[in-house]
Amino acid sequence: MNKVLINRRKDLIFSVAGLIATFVGLVMLVIFIGDILIDGLGRISWDFITGLPSRNPDKAGIFTAMAGSVWVLFLTTLISFPIGVAAGIYLEEYGKKGRISKILEINISNLAGVPSIIYGLLGLEIFARLFNLGPSLLTGSMTLALLILPIIIVATRESIKAVPSSIKDASYALGASKWQTMWHQVLPASMGGILTGVILALSRAVGEAAPLIVVGALAYVPFAPKSPMDDFSVLPIQIFNWISRPQQGFIINAAAAIIVLLVLTFLMNGIAIYLRNHWQKKIKW
Amino acid sequence: MNYTTEIMDIYKETSPEENVLIPDDISVKDDRKYKLTARNINAFYGDLHALKDINMNFPQNSVTAFIGPSGCGKSTFLRLFNRMNDYIEGFRLEGEIILDDVDIYNEKIVIEQLRKDVGMVFQKPNPFPKTIFENVAYGLRIQGENNKSFLQDKVENALKQVALWDEVKDDLKKNALSLSGGQQQRVCIARALAVEPKIILMDEPTSALDPISTSRIENLIFELREDYTIIIVTHNLQQAGRISDFTAFFYLGDLIEMGRTHDIFTNPKNKRTENYITGRFG
Ligand SMILES: Nc1ncnc2c1ncn2[C@@H]1O[C@H](COP(=O)(O)OP(=O)(O)OP(=O)(O)O)[C@@H](O)[C@H]1O
Ligand SMILES: [Mg+2]
Repeated sequence: MNKVLINRRKDLIFSVAGLIATFVGLVMLVIFIGDILIDGLGRISWDFITGLPSRNPDKAGIFTAMAGSVWVLFLTTLISFPIGVAAGIYLEEYGKKGRISKILEINISNLAGVPSIIYGLLGLEIFARLFNLGPSLLTGSMTLALLILPIIIVATRESIKAVPSSIKDASYALGASKWQTMWHQVLPASMGGILTGVILALSRAVGEAAPLIVVGALAYVPFAPKSPMDDFSVLPIQIFNWISRPQQGFIINAAAAIIVLLVLTFLMNGIAIYLRNHWQKKIKW
Repeated sequence: MNYTTEIMDIYKETSPEENVLIPDDISVKDDRKYKLTARNINAFYGDLHALKDINMNFPQNSVTAFIGPSGCGKSTFLRLFNRMNDYIEGFRLEGEIILDDVDIYNEKIVIEQLRKDVGMVFQKPNPFPKTIFENVAYGLRIQGENNKSFLQDKVENALKQVALWDEVKDDLKKNALSLSGGQQQRVCIARALAVEPKIILMDEPTSALDPISTSRIENLIFELREDYTIIIVTHNLQQAGRISDFTAFFYLGDLIEMGRTHDIFTNPKNKRTENYITGRFG
């Protein structure tokens, strides 16, 4: 056999292997989602979504957990968005490029890989105990904000970096200050990427249970929280709680709640993709 | 608003240098002899000595062309005049650049103010991803100007100066990126003109354009000379010949020769200049 034929065969083997690898991933996902749908779809109803928790699986609903998740999303965004974007801008554009910034940079990347339960311990010690905020929505949201800050910072830096320097040069050459250039040119041009990063980070936050359990979020909350200082539960904790119950009815509830959570995260990812495409179309260099 | 009036205490006397390369018989409209002067310029990128002991004078309302092979320091020199090299890491400058009797590298200079007086047009058209109107109005807006009719006047004026008004007057709300390359470059020139600079720096402004757009911009530069002092970097020797009054030939960071464009092209004094102009190297 000559070289060309050998190379072609290698090509073929590789593409088959790649196809199989892709399929394994997809098939697992389909089986998982299918299983959940079969178990839980029948349980989803308006009553289920607006129902309060109950000992009786047929009466129990996810309203308090949903409300908790929405609160957490809202507060986490409020905290992490301005801090994360400001930190990203600072590191990318203002911070002196020296050893300290190198160290900061590496550590921020490392932080993105720290297990979320560690953030939970941090939140418990600092927010719940030291700041005396207790197991409140605020504690939970600040903890999750810490968790996703590194992701937002990195996304912000990447988006800012993607703005062509020719645009910045043009702005400076017209007498714009650094801040004016950031505000009028760099931020509008990178907002699509920044928002995409923020939403993807939030969709990670909304699926987190471990750090919230550590800071003391409850599995059973009789009423939806009304203020940031209230006790709370979130969907993943509710799911976790139901799955550990022996009754079949709660297992079905858990499957239904998973569907709701999945829809929520898919929706957020969809918005992120839409934003990315939308802003990309608007800005072509 | 003029930064020169703010710093009268550092007023400088300009005296003709011994190694001035421009002949004395130039008729200058202004009573001042030179608009812009570079004295004993040495520039470094880290260890790289990018410009070596350069002296040059620019009379008001003249067009000066920088020519020379790639990497010889033309852009580096050009970017000194609006201090665009300031933020490049490792960049170092020795010498003085004097605009209207003031050293623009004096620590009292506000760079943002300076850049209103010294506009720049870049090699690749780089309009902002905004409307044509907002592109041209940008320089005024960042100065805090928000009066609608004032901005409209200025934008119309600037677009007329670059002969683009008739082409775009009905599409001022269109994104500037949807224009052709030549139109984009004229928007960029209009954008620079709108803040009414005294000096316009152009770094290969036509190198990304087709011949027709190029010739329009050349005509434009020719007309702009009436009101501005222009410095242009170009790799197109015919272009330098057509539009410039003076030509400076750089080679490896040295200013080899400078003089009236006609003289440089017909009767270069230096062998290297002659070789470059006749296309024997470069
Ligand atoms: N930002 C920078 N950092 C380090 N060195 C640089 C930088 N910019 C330019 N140089 C170096 O300085 C020298 C002069 O570069 P410059 O860009 O001024 O040349 P040029 O004459 O404009 O070339 P061209 O005709 O290709 O545009 C070159 O050797 C280049 O490698
Ligand atoms: Mg250059």
